[in-house]
Amino acid sequence: MSDAALVYVRHQDKEQNYLQAGHTLGSWLTSTDHKRIGILYALAITFFFFIGGIAVGLVRIELMSPNGDFLTDDAYNRLFTLHGIVMVWFFLVPSIPATLGNFLLPMMIGAKDVAFPKINLLSWYIFIVGACFAVVSIVAGGVDTGWTFYTPFSTMFSNGDVIAAAAGVFIVGFSSIATGVNFITTVHMLRAPGMTWFRLPLFVWAIYATSVVMVLATPVLAMSLLLIIAERWLGMPIFNPANGGDPILFQHLFWFYSHPAVYIMVLPAMGVVSEIFACFARRRVFGYAMMVYAMMSIAVIGFFVWGHHMFVSGQSQYANFVFSFLSFIVAVPSAIKVFNWTATLFRGQITFEAPMLYALGFLGLFTIGGLTGLFLASVPIDVHVTDTYFVVAHFHYIMVGGSVSAFFAGLHFWWPKITGRLYSEAWARFAAIVMFLGFNTTFMPQFIMGYAGMPRRYHVYPPEFQIWHVMSSVGALVLFVAYTLPLIYLTWSLFYGKKAGDNPWAATGLEWQTASPPPKHNFAELPHVKAPPYRYHPDRQAPEAEDRKPETQQGAM
Amino acid sequence: MSEVSPVVHEPWPSFERQKMAVSFGMWVFIASEVLFFSGLLLAYTIYRHLDAEAFKIASRETEVFYGGTNTAILLTSSLTMAMAVHASDHGFRRMTIRCLAATVAFGLAFLVMKGFEYHSDLDKGLWPGPGFPLHPATTQLFWAFYWIATGVHAVHLSVGIGIVSTIAVRLKRGTLLVKASTFEGAALYWHLVDTIWIILLPMIYLVGRA
Repeated sequence: MSDAALVYVRHQDKEQNYLQAGHTLGSWLTSTDHKRIGILYALAITFFFFIGGIAVGLVRIELMSPNGDFLTDDAYNRLFTLHGIVMVWFFLVPSIPATLGNFLLPMMIGAKDVAFPKINLLSWYIFIVGACFAVVSIVAGGVDTGWTFYTPFSTMFSNGDVIAAAAGVFIVGFSSIATGVNFITTVHMLRAPGMTWFRLPLFVWAIYATSVVMVLATPVLAMSLLLIIAERWLGMPIFNPANGGDPILFQHLFWFYSHPAVYIMVLPAMGVVSEIFACFARRRVFGYAMMVYAMMSIAVIGFFVWGHHMFVSGQSQYANFVFSFLSFIVAVPSAIKVFNWTATLFRGQITFEAPMLYALGFLGLFTIGGLTGLFLASVPIDVHVTDTYFVVAHFHYIMVGGSVSAFFAGLHFWWPKITGRLYSEAWARFAAIVMFLGFNTTFMPQFIMGYAGMPRRYHVYPPEFQIWHVMSSVGALVLFVAYTLPLIYLTWSLFYGKKAGDNPWAATGLEWQTASPPPKHNFAELPHVKAPPYRYHPDRQAPEAEDRKPETQQGAM
Repeated sequence: MSEVSPVVHEPWPSFERQKMAVSFGMWVFIASEVLFFSGLLLAYTIYRHLDAEAFKIASRETEVFYGGTNTAILLTSSLTMAMAVHASDHGFRRMTIRCLAATVAFGLAFLVMKGFEYHSDLDKGLWPGPGFPLHPATTQLFWAFYWIATGVHAVHLSVGIGIVSTIAVRLKRGTLLVKASTFEGAALYWHLVDTIWIILLPMIYLVGRA
């Protein structure tokens, strides 16, 4: 083992790391290296995250007072539309898969790159073109349909530039599909020798499940947007009741994508925190196989629950019954995961580094989001709270409290691997705590006012809701600070951070057994995998408090 | 069967593995395409279920001559495409180029026929909107489906023509080797476009003529 390690270190000295393999802008923009493409995606989604954030910042300022005296009606509608479209399609959907997934997936399975590196780069360009096209058309042309593009408003009545915005989202869909096809092929075809399916880290399983959903759901969104474009632009009366068309059909098609899209956003987050809990509790993941089955069943069942978005749309009560039942069923695998994470932490040797704080934040917030999801899955309660802030709070707990927390957890966990530097631990812990508090201050009041009857998407509202809106807006300000802090201290660490070493957390995955930052082709020699993941301690024996060395690493070079 | 290096690309340990992955990736993409069209086919099915009579009336106005001829053309193009793949497997470079060229020619012929068909449809005023010649109003839904489905299919076919002619030209210039893994992927895509047409044929031309 030590001899092999020595040889390996000498190899590393010779080969350049991926950051040194070219310093010009051109070398980045034409690179087919999955690590560089991951970073290109990270830069792009950070930009869109702040665009979407500014939009909602203005919305929250407006909502401080019940009279609507800061923005015009039109401006308000356009801003929340901008926020929704940008955050869903240009931030959340690509967030973890296209950044951390791109960077880590090939390394975690012991491959040199993804299956189709050129298509991987192409997907980034498609993403940039589509996203910029959509944002410019929303800002310049004004789209006020909300992110859901509901017909017949979007096809017959909305005055904004709906065609261009829908076309932008349509284009971005191709980048999702390209990424999904690439990842699925990579996992099937490029696993290192010995890396069997049930030795894959849970993050890889999560990205795999996500990719399946991306490949099968995104095209249906593409078709529904195409039908909207055909109706608005070419006069095809697909959803026009005057010609026998049915506007509700659009909702079915739209939610057939957009409910699975929720799992596109949250499955990768589940993968990230599984890695982190195991590492910082020094425990094997409890019930590894069940975790895998749970993720795959979420991906599958997630396709059959879309009707719970349509309980009040006039769909038959029998359909409501079935969709309600299936929505309860899809909560079961999520609950299995929450229990298994908790059991992983149980009797672990837990330390509270920043990634762990973010991940623990995920656990709490995701659980609240999931449990309120059960409220919404039951028809009688849903009828009462449909289109209120209760729904808004629920899905923000899943997508922001859950996915964004996990994204930050993963970003901090793998930052030393990506950059080779350590960030300031104190600042990072501080930011994690501020983010948790800011998030709850923003969205907990929304549960309360939503349950009391405050409808979503209105900016003029009865004055009794003002106190909750003010609390929520103050929370949004705290959240803004919490999101800006990592931008500052992570950038700082690029220049002044301590050298991280190859494996600062003493983690077991293959990605930690190569240099930080990794060499251009990931590994000096392709690894041979000899053990399942998460061997942090010997079987049937609790980990020791002092000894944080893993029992075995996953592979040997 | 260990291969010469120029056809093996970056992450792949061997040519066989790479070739398998190209087909595999294309099959995954085909699954995606199937879901793309199924959104449209679902809309068609629901509307036809709601007003079957109108769909029959509307379908009788389609040009079954063009539809039938185009089906024959497209099926033949799939034959030449399959021959191109076999030729490349055996390393017959010139035969591969000829088969690819024939495939492109059949694809273009399909589009030309489609153009004549569109012309005749427009002459009859079958574009949905005010003054539509057929009644009841639901017939416009059928024709909306017709324009969108055949239009999207034609776009797919054009992409296919682009891909096949590119690899034919590259093969002729020698920038692509005859044993490269590209051909099978391109062929799978071509057959997908063909298969979609076979599904569209009865839905468009035959429902009103049963």
